[in-house]
This record gives sequence, structure tokens and C-alpha cells, in this order.
Amino acid sequence: MTSRERPLSPHLQIYKWQITMALSILHRMTGVALVVGALLLSYWLTSAAYGPEAFNLAHGLFGTILGRLVLLGLTFSLFYHLGNGVRHLFWDVGMGFEMPNLRASGIAVVVFAVVFTLLTWSAAYIVRGG
Amino acid sequence: MQYRSSLSKARGLGSAKEGIEHWWVLRLTALALVPLSLWFAFSVVTLVGGDYETYRAWAGEHGNAMLLVLLVICLFHHAQLGVQVIIEDYVHHEGIKVASIIATKFTAVFFGASSVAAVLRITFGG
Repeated sequence: MTSRERPLSPHLQIYKWQITMALSILHRMTGVALVVGALLLSYWLTSAAYGPEAFNLAHGLFGTILGRLVLLGLTFSLFYHLGNGVRHLFWDVGMGFEMPNLRASGIAVVVFAVVFTLLTWSAAYIVRGG
Repeated sequence: MQYRSSLSKARGLGSAKEGIEHWWVLRLTALALVPLSLWFAFSVVTLVGGDYETYRAWAGEHGNAMLLVLLVICLFHHAQLGVQVIIEDYVHHEGIKVASIIATKFTAVFFGASSVAAVLRITFGG
């Protein structure tokens, strides 16, 4: 079957950006980030099985500025993907599709993710003792 | 141009039967990961600043070991299903698509198994 090249939907250069589509692609991006997080989790767990040297090396890497930035990004990704995932589960049972609800739940998920990321890191620094 | 497939082609074949499985397991693992990942985030915070022995004592405890194993299995299962969706959306070459999905599944099983083995080794004092 031959057909002319036609623009596919969604055509991002033409559509006006809206919160719903921005949050949708963010769900996918945080999902990909969390795949990296899963690999790091695997590295962390496995390092402990190899003994204190391997474990301390892993902790040293996670403790660098770059390591902490990655973990901070992963914390936000986790809470965002979790919150928005729950939003998806409500859609799956047919709830929350009305436009005002979609926008409100989207904003709620972003607020949830930011607040819980800050709470987690504040708690971590308190536990560590400054 | 005929857009609808003719009824005669579909009739008698029944449903695809396994078509819903991917969608359903993605949701099941998502649901399981809600409490598991919240528990994990909380646990990591309590472990901050702890040394190797603190970690071993934590991960070796029966309940924690069990939850870690459940977390890792659900996480890699969910991740693998999610990546498959992305590949199917963006990779249109059939061969590359199938190869990518196979690579994704093998990678997930490899790192998932490595994590489970690590938790078991600590639990049983290897």
C-alpha cells in the first residue's frame, strides 16, 4: 500500500502546548528516568552483596554532587510518575475525564511531586545530621 | 477505499485472547508499586548516613528482604512493559522493533535476577 507522506497526529509544532499534553509526555520521560533508577537500584543492591568495598564505592558515587543531582531527579521522577500513574488508574475506571478535573488533577500531581521530593530530601538531610 | 475489515475475516476467530494481558499486568504492577516504592523511599531516608553494617542489618531483616524482592520484581516487570510500549510507539522497523523488545526483556530479567540474588545472599549471610 502506497500513500503520500502525511503529518501524523499529534503534530507538536502546530498544537498549542497545554498542561495535559505536557504532563502526558512528562509521565513517559519520568518513566524512562526511572528505568535508569531501577538499574541504579540493582547496582546498589548488588554492590552490598559483594562486600563493604563495593558498597562504599557505590555510596561514594551516589554521594558526589552529580550523584545527588541524579538521585534528586529520580526522587521527583518517582513521585511524579507515581502520582500521575494513580491519575491514570482513575481514568482506567472512567473517572476524572472532564476538562476542569483533568487540569486540577494534573496540577495536584505536580504539587504532590514537588512537595514530596522536598519533604524526602529535607528528611534525609535531617537524618544525616545537616 | 475500504476502511473497515470485512466481518467475514474476523468472524469465528474469537478475540486475540492475550491482547489484554500486557495492559492488565502494567496496571497490576503499577498498583503494587504504589505502596512498595513509598516504603522504599521512606526506608532509604532512614538509612542515610548509615554504614555497610547498618545496611546489611536492614536488608537482612525478613520483612525488608521480602519487600525488596517484591519491589525489584514488580519494578523490573513494570519497567520492561513500559519500555515495550515506547518502543512500539517510536520504532517502526519490524526487525529493530522485535530486537529492541527482546533486548529490553533480557536486560530487565538480568538486572532483576541480580538484585534478587543480592538480597537473598545478604539475608542468608553469604
